[in-house]
Amino acid sequence: MSRHKVPSASWLPKLVVAPSFLLSFFFIYGLIAWNGYLSLSASHMLPNYDWVGFENYANLFDNDRFHVALTNMAIFGVLFIGGAMVLGLLLAILLDQKIRGEGVLRTIYLYPMAISFIVTGTAWKWILNPGLGIEHLVRSWGFPDFTFDWLVNDQRAIYCIVIAGIWQASGFVMALFLAGLRGIDDSIIKAAQIDGASLPRIYWRIVVPSLRPVFFSTLMVVSHLAIKSFDLVIALTAGGPGYSTDLPATFMYAMSFSRGQVALGAASAEIMLATVAAIVVPYLYSELRSKK
Amino acid sequence: MNRPNALTWHRVVLWAVLLIFAAWFLMPLYVMVVTSLKDMDQIRGGSLMSLPTAITFDSWGKAWSQACTGTDCGGLKPYFLNSVAMVVPAVAISTAIGIVNGYVLSKWRFRGSEVMFAMLLFGVFMPMQVVLLPMSQILGYFGIASSIVGLIVMHVLAGIPSTTLFFRNYYIGLPDELIKAAMLDGAGFWRILWRVVLPLSTPILVVTLIWQFTNIWNDFLYGVVFSGADSKPITVGLNNLANTTSSVKEYNVDMAAALIAALPTLFVYVVAGKYFVRGLTAGAVKG
Repeated sequence: MSRHKVPSASWLPKLVVAPSFLLSFFFIYGLIAWNGYLSLSASHMLPNYDWVGFENYANLFDNDRFHVALTNMAIFGVLFIGGAMVLGLLLAILLDQKIRGEGVLRTIYLYPMAISFIVTGTAWKWILNPGLGIEHLVRSWGFPDFTFDWLVNDQRAIYCIVIAGIWQASGFVMALFLAGLRGIDDSIIKAAQIDGASLPRIYWRIVVPSLRPVFFSTLMVVSHLAIKSFDLVIALTAGGPGYSTDLPATFMYAMSFSRGQVALGAASAEIMLATVAAIVVPYLYSELRSKK
Repeated sequence: MNRPNALTWHRVVLWAVLLIFAAWFLMPLYVMVVTSLKDMDQIRGGSLMSLPTAITFDSWGKAWSQACTGTDCGGLKPYFLNSVAMVVPAVAISTAIGIVNGYVLSKWRFRGSEVMFAMLLFGVFMPMQVVLLPMSQILGYFGIASSIVGLIVMHVLAGIPSTTLFFRNYYIGLPDELIKAAMLDGAGFWRILWRVVLPLSTPILVVTLIWQFTNIWNDFLYGVVFSGADSKPITVGLNNLANTTSSVKEYNVDMAAALIAALPTLFVYVVAGKYFVRGLTAGAVKG
C-alpha cells in the first residue's frame, strides 16, 4: 500500500536502515550462533574453540545444580505465572465495575512495574528476613511462637521469590486485561443482564471467554518474564541458601562469569533460548499472519 | 450496574477487596520509607510497620555518600552518576534509530521489509543470556568491555527491536495520503520525516523515551556482566551495598539506597504514568 514509485529515492530507505538492521541481525542471530558454537566447544575459564560436540549438553543434564535450577523454574514458573494471571485478571474485573478513583487504584497496582527488580528484591529481603521482618512483627502482635523463615530455608526460599515476583508483575497483567475488558461491547453485558443472568455468571460465561486473545498475549509476556528472571533472585536470595533458589538465568551467570565453566554456561543459555523460542515463535507467527 | 454508586453490600465487599490489595501493593514502599527514616535502635525496638519515633535522614546521607559497597565506601553517588551517563546517550541513540527504522518499515516498505521486521521482533523476546558470552568477547576486542561506552553499545543493540516496533506500529496508523501529498510538493525522504512525520510523533516519542529510560535505568544483567570497577550502574551498586556483610546490618541504609535507586523511574511513572502503561501494553500486543 505504501510502495511509492519514486525511482531516484528507492535505494535511500534501504540504505538508511541497512546499518542498524545488519548490526541487529548480527547481534541477534550471529551471536546466537556464536553462543551455540561456544556451547559445543571445550571452553572453560575462557572461550576456546576446540570442538567437543554435545558433551557439554550431556554434562549439563548430569549437573545437579542445573537440575535444581530446572525444578525451581517449574515451581516458580507455574506459581508465578498462575498467580500473576489470576490476581491480575481479578483486579482488572474488580476495577472494571465503574469504580470511583479507578485511576488512583490503577496507579497503585502498577507502580511496582516501574521499579527495578533489584529494588523489589532488596525491599522484600528486609520484609521477609526472619530476624526483624514479618516474623518479628507478627510476634509483636501477640503470637510469640510464630515463625516465618522461608527466606533462609532451602526448601521454602523459592516461594519467597514467587511472592515478590507476583507482587511486581500482577499490576502489569491487570493493565493488559483491563485494556481488553474496555474493548468489550457493553451492550452484550446489558443484554445478558436483561435475560436475568447474574454478574459473576456473565463474567464467567461471556466476558472472560471473549478475553482469549488478550489472555494468550499476556500469558506469553508473563512466561517470558519468568524464564528471564534473574535480578529478583540475585537481589532476594543470590540463588541461596546454597544454590537452592537457582534459576536457569542465575545458573548461566554463575557458570559463565564466576565458576569458569563457559561452555556449560553457553549450553544453558541455548536451553533458555530454545524454551523461549518454543513459546514466542508460534505466537509471533500467528500475530503477524493475522494482521495480513 | 444500574446504580453504580448505590451502597449495596457487594459494593462494600468490592471496595474492601480493592483497598486490601492497594495496601498489599503499597506495603513494601511504606516499609522502605519508614525504615529509611529510623535509626538502628528504633529498628530493633520497633517493628516493620511502626512509624519512626524520631525522624532522621542520616541513613539517606550515608546511602548516598558513605555506605560501603564491597570494599569501597563512597556510597551510591558514583553509581548513580554512572547510570545517568549511561542512560542519556543509550536512550537517545536507541530512540533515534527506532524512529528511522519505524518510518522506513511503515512508509517506505520494500521487498522483504516485513520479513526483516519479523526477524527483528524476535530480539524483543530472546533471553539475553544467549548473547552475553559472545558480546563480552566483542566488547573486549574493541577495548570497551568494562566501560560505560560498552554498556551504552549493549543497551542500544538490545533496545533497537523494541524502539523499532513502537515507531513502526505507530506510523502504520498515519495516513499514507499525508506522505503522498508531501511527495507531490517535492519533499524527499528526510524532509518528509522531519517536517511531516516527526511533528506527529510526540505521543509515541514520549512512550518510547519513558520505556527505554525505565528499562535501561532498571537493568541489572548487562550492568553486572559488562561493567568494570568504575562503570557500575546504580542497580549493581545497590545490590553490592545490600549484600555487603558487615558486623551490623544497617537496614535503614539499605532501604534509603533502594529508594534512591527507585526514585528516578518512580518519578517518571508518577508524572507520566499514562505513557508508561501505553509502552507496557504496546510491548505486549504486537503485530
